[in-house]
This record gives sequence, C-alpha cells and structure tokens, in this order.
Amino acid sequence: MQTIEQLLEESPALASLPPEHRATMAGCGRLHVFYPGEPLMREGDAADEFFLIRRGAVAVETQVPGRGAVTLETLEPGEILGWSWLVPPYRNAFGARALDAVHVIVLDGACLRGKCERDPALGFDLLKVIATVFVRRLEETRMRLLDLYAGARDAG
Amino acid sequence: MRVDQPVAYRVADRRRETHDAWTLRLEAVDGNAVPPFSPGQFSMLYVFGSGEVPISISAIPEAGAALVHTVRAVGAVTRTLCAAQPGAAVGVRAPFGRGWPVAAAEGRDVVVVAGGLGLAPLRPVVHELIARRDRFGRVAVLYGGRSPSDLLYRDELDEWRRTDAIDVELIVDAPEEGWQGKVGVVTKLIRRASFDPANTVAMACGPEVMMRFAATALRERGMAPSDVWLSLERSMKCATGHCGHCQLGPLFICKDGPVVRHDRVEHLMRTPGL
Repeated sequence: MQTIEQLLEESPALASLPPEHRATMAGCGRLHVFYPGEPLMREGDAADEFFLIRRGAVAVETQVPGRGAVTLETLEPGEILGWSWLVPPYRNAFGARALDAVHVIVLDGACLRGKCERDPALGFDLLKVIATVFVRRLEETRMRLLDLYAGARDAG
Repeated sequence: MRVDQPVAYRVADRRRETHDAWTLRLEAVDGNAVPPFSPGQFSMLYVFGSGEVPISISAIPEAGAALVHTVRAVGAVTRTLCAAQPGAAVGVRAPFGRGWPVAAAEGRDVVVVAGGLGLAPLRPVVHELIARRDRFGRVAVLYGGRSPSDLLYRDELDEWRRTDAIDVELIVDAPEEGWQGKVGVVTKLIRRASFDPANTVAMACGPEVMMRFAATALRERGMAPSDVWLSLERSMKCATGHCGHCQLGPLFICKDGPVVRHDRVEHLMRTPGL
C-alpha cells in the first residue's frame, strides 16, 4: 500500500515540487473513490478541497436553465481539479461529477492554505503549479472562444 | 494529361456527414480519369455555371477511376456541390500539391491530429496506416470537433476505435445530450497521447489556429518541428503555382503544399496579413 506522499510523487502535476513540499502536502491529503455519477464538488458550495485525479474521468459542469448540467470540459488522470480553495470567497465556481469510478487524492484546502502561510516557499511553488494549470486552461478556453471549427476549410 | 482543363466526372453517390458536409463519390465519364492521387493532395472541382473550388481527396479507392471528396457547404460552389444528385456533372482538375509524408513515417510512431473538416484529407492517411499497420510504430489519431454531430465519418471512427491497431481519441468543444466522451480542445489530447517524441511523425490538419496550437503542443512533448507536418489552406485558383492567389511568403501553397513542414512555415503563419 503506497502512502499519500508516494502517490503525490507519482502525480505529474506535482512533479516540479521538491520532495519536502510534497511531504508537507501529504499531511493534508487522503484517498477517496467517487462512484460514477457522484459529485466531487457542487457549484456554489464551500471550496474546501482540491483533487488530484489518479484514475477515471471527471466532468466539470455548470447548471444552465432549461438545459440542466452542461459539461464544460472533462479531466483525466494526472490532472488537478479545483482551485477555488486558494482565493476568497472559497466557493466552487463550477461543479464536477465522476464519469466513471474516479480515484483521487483529496487535499484539504484550509490545511494547505495554513501550511502555505507558514511556509512561503511551499506557497510560491504550489502557486506556480496551480498557475501552470490556470494558464493551460485559459489558453484552451480562448481557443474555444474562437469557435475554430465554424466554416474554416473548403470555403469556396 | 492537361491540368488546365477539367475532366468530366459524374456524382456516383453522396452521403451526408454533418448538417452542412457531404461526401461525394465521383466517377469518370467515358473512362477519362485524372491520374492517381497521394493522400493529402487536392482536386479543383468545377461546377458548371457556378465556379471552381479546391477540395482535398478524402479517400483513395483501391481500383477504378473514382474520386472521393468531403465538402462543406459554405459558399456558392460548395453549396451546389453538396446539393448535387447522382448523375450530376462535375469537372475535375487533379491531382495537385504535395501530400503527407506517409512513406517517410515508416518505422516510426505516427500522430494524426485533425480538427473539424480537417479529418477529410487525413482519412486516406489513416486508411494507409491501418492497411500497412506492421510498417509503423504506435499510431494515434486525435480528432476534435465543435460538437458530436459535427464529427465526420462517425461509423468509420467507431470502426477505427474498435480495432486494436490504432489509438483513436475524440474530443468536442460543445457536447450534446448523450455524449459520453471527452470535452475540450484537440490539443489537450496531444499531451496524453502515447508516442515517442524523438521517433514520431505528426500530421495535422484543421483550422489554422488549431494547427498552430497543435504544433506547439507537439513541440512541448519534445518533437522536432521538422517532424511536424501541416496541411495549409489558402485561396487556390490556378492550382499550378502561376496565379499567386495562394501565396504564403515565398511559397505557393497549391504546389509547395498544401502539406508543409512546420519549421518551413512557422514564422509565416505568425506574420500578420499573410
């Protein structure tokens, strides 16, 4: 049975962190499995956790009147879900639901924030990890805003 | 064979792919066929009384004088083509341009990245990769579309996904009810695809912005720009490198392309106005 610290070492999202940071973070972590269809987080709820996906796929969703839950993107093993725990008002901007059996490391947001406040080096390194995810998802969102596929080829 | 005069073909059959795209199978009239194609080359399809458009070949039949093209109805000529019924006459000048480096990819992994209608010119590549599967390393086909109902060749994609011969990953921007697959941009699939960056040839086709981001994602995985090939689209008119309509810097896309190596065009694709 692997420890949380060992599992954090295997997470590609945290590969850039020094081992001592992962060891510190491990104290805020636990393992959990979500069943298909089960919510990992609900839109508007307190954002007190974030997730490192180990197995399975997750749909990030929002509720649209008349359409129900609309999937904004899907996340897969190795990806990070949730960053609202990092900034006030600590509320989930979107919901997330397991598409199949989803194995995650759950990290307690308040616990991590406390450790980051006490150890600015950990805070800065972790922020760089999260910022990398921000940047990538912002780029992808901007690409989707272009509506790339609308009549782009063979336009004669 | 003169490439400045259309050869007479007729629509043999047609199949609806999406709400605005059709695949047409054309057969030569009186046995006067155009020369054989390579994957990635294109035809100039002439609709009498309407005009002429460049359309990529989307399948290469084993035998006979047939041509297969997938056309999206977005302009006057393509709307007429998409509405053409079996028996309708179409003029064909072909084949034009440089195709995909399929032979050069032998012995290496292959990543095919397609967006929207961009799967059409890559479809003959996938056919060839499957037909000669033992000559290539790992093969990944990564295909993104606006929505599930905008994906081309759905039956064929399902067939490809059922085989163990190649990895096929689909992703859409806007899921529709019942879609169980991935949601996001096609470049996201590149990060997870299984291939050896040092020994891979990538072939990408789709909207130009998508190809730019795809090329960046492939380079982030460690691929050399000289191993990344793109199919560019410009306004081809003469298709023989004379009129200049399709010029991109020093290149005439109709004869130097449409398939080009990324390192040859990277700076041109970022130049405003080109």
